[in-house]
Amino acid sequence: MLPGLCRFHGLVSRALVPLAGRQVELKLLGCSANVQRARYATPATERKKFYRDVTISQGEGGLYEINLDRRKLKTPGGKLFTVPNEALAIAVATEWDAQKDTLKFYTMHLTTLCNTALDNPTQRDKDQIISAALKFLETDTVCYRVEEPPGLVELQKNEWDPVLEWIEKRYNVVIGSSYSIMGPQIPEETKDSFRQHLKSYNVWSLIGLEYVISQLKSVVLSLGLIDRHLTVEQAVLLSRLEEEYQIQHWGNVEWAHDYDMYELRARTAAGTLFVYLSSESATVKKKILQD
Amino acid sequence: MAGVRALGVYRGVLKELRNLQGSEYTHSMAYTHLREQFRSNQVTGERYCRAKKEALHTCQVYLCLLESTRLHMNLHQLYHGRGERGPEEVAQLVGLRMPTQPGGKGWEE
Repeated sequence: MLPGLCRFHGLVSRALVPLAGRQVELKLLGCSANVQRARYATPATERKKFYRDVTISQGEGGLYEINLDRRKLKTPGGKLFTVPNEALAIAVATEWDAQKDTLKFYTMHLTTLCNTALDNPTQRDKDQIISAALKFLETDTVCYRVEEPPGLVELQKNEWDPVLEWIEKRYNVVIGSSYSIMGPQIPEETKDSFRQHLKSYNVWSLIGLEYVISQLKSVVLSLGLIDRHLTVEQAVLLSRLEEEYQIQHWGNVEWAHDYDMYELRARTAAGTLFVYLSSESATVKKKILQD
Repeated sequence: MAGVRALGVYRGVLKELRNLQGSEYTHSMAYTHLREQFRSNQVTGERYCRAKKEALHTCQVYLCLLESTRLHMNLHQLYHGRGERGPEEVAQLVGLRMPTQPGGKGWEE
């Protein structure tokens, strides 16, 4: 009776205090990967601001670091927070500087992306990221068409077809669209050529790209955005086309529709900027003056 | 990055930065960097920018990021739940007040 009761009590207390229970387990396991996962699994959404000045400095290997007062910023996994170029460092520093009394981590998308790239919490390599990103191609938003209502059918045709045509021409592939729930049959050559193309990106850019794809639920729109064929606003609009159509019919609800849209825009913009800033290598060539 | 559109984007980003950092935003790194970028990418006889549209597009994306984050935060503050209301607030909702002293108005025997 007594051991049974104790076990029951143990179960209940663990259910009530999942954090404490997990931490004890982690201490027993002592595995760094698990610690990292636990830290990511229980993020603090807000925290009191503990610094005044944000500066950047160039550390070892030409990498840029963020300094909060005198302390160096670290990732949730405990690594030193470093970014490869100045522009990205400035953008991240601006995010930290922009926080008022509390740190709102859910508004700091670039920092989040850098943390993901540095810690790699899911322990994936380049090929796995590419596969994960390309999985969205099979169920790409712009490939799924509706048969009714006629207004939406028309809208999808007019808005999505040009983007689809553009990407087919740009990458010389066949994608196509479908009315069936199974989606279009995408040829293997298409996937291969996208895979080849994505291999030319570095890991940081791929993490950003996958983030954008998973936000927009579309490889086509994301590549359109990364290749500067679309603006963020256009890409988000195209991604939410059906929702926009329904809004026109039934009205806009600010706390749901606008809230979602701005969040999606912010996340997409952050992902895109992350791709640009981590893949660019600017070289300045000055023209020599000839008298 | 010549052109009226570029100027609009530039001013837009500066507006957002001012909003984030207050009136001293001209001392910030972001401001300095941005100004440098815009100046060095101007198309002039001496310096031809690597890609006019590229830099402009990046800046537009940044503007979109700042703007959307701000608008999203506004909506978040307005509509996001702050947990349960206290007794005073609940009473206020239906036009009542909590009793302040024993036997006073609203006090139950």
